[in-house]
Amino acid sequence: MEVSSLPLSPSQRGKLIAAGYTTLSSLSSVSAPDLARDLNISEHEAIEILKVSSQSSKKIDGCHAIVTGAQTAWDMLYEEEFMTRITTSCADLDNILGGGISCKEVTEIGGVPGIGKTQLGIQLAVNVQIPIDYGGLGGKAVYIDTEGSFMVERVFQVAEACIEDMPYNYPQKDFQARKNKMQPENFLANIFYFRVCSYTEQIALINYLDKFVAENKDVKSVIVDSVTFHFRQDFDDLALRTRLLSGIALKLMKLAKKFSLAVVLLNQVTTKFNEGSYQLTLALGDSWSHACTNRIILYWNGNERYAYIDKSPSLQSASAAYSVTGKGIRDAASHCKRVRIM
Amino acid sequence: MANKLISQMGLPKSIGNILAARNILTAKDALSLTEFELMELLDVGLSEVTSAVALISEIACPPYQTALSLMQERVQNEYLAGHLPTRLKGLDEALLGGVPFGAVTELVGPAGIGKTQFCLKLSLLAALPANYGGLNGRVIYIDTESKFSSRRMIEIGATSFPEIFHLDGMAQEMAGRILVLRPASLPEFTENLEQIKLSLLQHQVKLLIIDSMTALVSGESDKDLKASKQHPLGWHISYVKSLAEFSRIPIVVTNQVRSQNSNESFHYPFQVWNNDESMKDLPRMESHLVAALGIHWAHAVTIRLVLEAHSGKRFIKVAKSPVSPSLAFPFVVTSSGISLVSDDGIEIPGPEISAIHCQGYDDIFDFNR
Repeated sequence: MEVSSLPLSPSQRGKLIAAGYTTLSSLSSVSAPDLARDLNISEHEAIEILKVSSQSSKKIDGCHAIVTGAQTAWDMLYEEEFMTRITTSCADLDNILGGGISCKEVTEIGGVPGIGKTQLGIQLAVNVQIPIDYGGLGGKAVYIDTEGSFMVERVFQVAEACIEDMPYNYPQKDFQARKNKMQPENFLANIFYFRVCSYTEQIALINYLDKFVAENKDVKSVIVDSVTFHFRQDFDDLALRTRLLSGIALKLMKLAKKFSLAVVLLNQVTTKFNEGSYQLTLALGDSWSHACTNRIILYWNGNERYAYIDKSPSLQSASAAYSVTGKGIRDAASHCKRVRIM
Repeated sequence: MANKLISQMGLPKSIGNILAARNILTAKDALSLTEFELMELLDVGLSEVTSAVALISEIACPPYQTALSLMQERVQNEYLAGHLPTRLKGLDEALLGGVPFGAVTELVGPAGIGKTQFCLKLSLLAALPANYGGLNGRVIYIDTESKFSSRRMIEIGATSFPEIFHLDGMAQEMAGRILVLRPASLPEFTENLEQIKLSLLQHQVKLLIIDSMTALVSGESDKDLKASKQHPLGWHISYVKSLAEFSRIPIVVTNQVRSQNSNESFHYPFQVWNNDESMKDLPRMESHLVAALGIHWAHAVTIRLVLEAHSGKRFIKVAKSPVSPSLAFPFVVTSSGISLVSDDGIEIPGPEISAIHCQGYDDIFDFNR
């Protein structure tokens, strides 16, 4: 391994290479005072350099695995079987998603204005709190609002309906005894709401989330509504935008893995000129489209709302109808009819 | 908080000084760079950079609230639970009380349908004394199309609230509370918006109306807009939104319509192969209108009300709202402004709710009703 790949400052790296220390093995046998003399730096600094290099070399040699940090595919399969999912409250949608929005992954959901992105976001913030006894996760939610479209009255309605529907879904449970615990107010108290007013705050918050979630271990979903808004205005340097966005995506993926929580990013749509006509596509450009693990597009099909899995490493691309009702996200009306006929 | 100074964040002195020396003074400067860029620029190791970025992020990030405390706060602090009632019963019920505070509400529709009438009525309602159900405040009316008519407004007031307007001097007082701005160009409009930020708080302004957002942009040629990557109103969109939120007042904005270009399909690529057949069946012949400000703007508004006319009637439709189902209410324009024919909304399925029709409404004003 080369010295140039160590996480050192450029000037220290330069001094090392100039003094002939190009590989890690050349650093392994040198003592701190020698190094300090060779590089013409303080002894303290030399100790720091040796610390960094010994850490990196340990990672390579001292591990049983063939490659550090790697996991065999078999272990991953085992882990995937235990992967928890958050229900969307719409059976068809859950079906094509393999049971719901998966924890440990970043899912992007986009669609035209008024299709129900915020509604789905609110629904997920409520559904993550369904107690474990009722087949839920019993977790808490972080809701990052960049647009100011979060309506707390609406969250109350959705939470009420969610509680109402629970005994219906799981009739065997003694519902009355738990009723006192299950008040919409408690659901609301478990949603941590952050209002973000600029892209700097958005980046800062995503950096900070790591610490926040570590302190609040119950958080099982992070919803960003929307990831787009601040990055669509006042941004002249598009290369910088791409860099910052991919940084955000990476941090969120790490967060999802580390705390096994579901990250849901809502995205806006834009029009793109393609083969002589304008087509709809999700905003933030082509490089962003690689950033998320799963991508779901919400669209109108005739008079029904549909969700389409545009991208997913494990799910088949498919579409399913859903509807937005007073209670929140539910099965599409036609689905109920079909069931009745059968 | 984005412009918070790094020097006041209590970073360890060594790294704080290096940041200052490299002219990285605010959280925005630091967070606009990736960690590796910072390493290169500051000439320090990864661990120092990571811990500095973590600290800056923690301080620059906004505080959180639980949804519960948010709701309690709203209920306590706001008169009428944060809504300006439109006095159109059905519409108020659908919107849980009226036009919400702290959000942007948009009216979109063809010319002459009644957008300005609606705005005039709303300004009166906000100006009315509290014991008559108003907000008892001032109104700022940004009139970019020069369509504001004081005469018409007083007429609406006198017919809708005769008991108030027949009091001596009341008409003068009501009209005196409504401040009209008439910017003639986009830069002037920008300047107006910046100016009113302070007066919103100082002078008891309870409603801001922008009629219309479109007029000043449509003056610029379409090609210029396409050429620049950014939306010409990009700044205004985020500014108006933050204005609404920080002053907790309702903001009502009108938007014009334009006819849809034939090459605008408004479908996703995956839909094309999926239902190529059904796409052709769609009645393409129909003269189709779309909102003049595009999809970017539509994402930004919290509530969109579509005013349209078809089959001899006018309708007001709740096209986008986080709280209301897709409802349409037939309405008429009378001497007292807009009134609903029926308070029971017709539920409209599917994307039809955001379509804008404009056929035959020659019953321009029916003053005898």
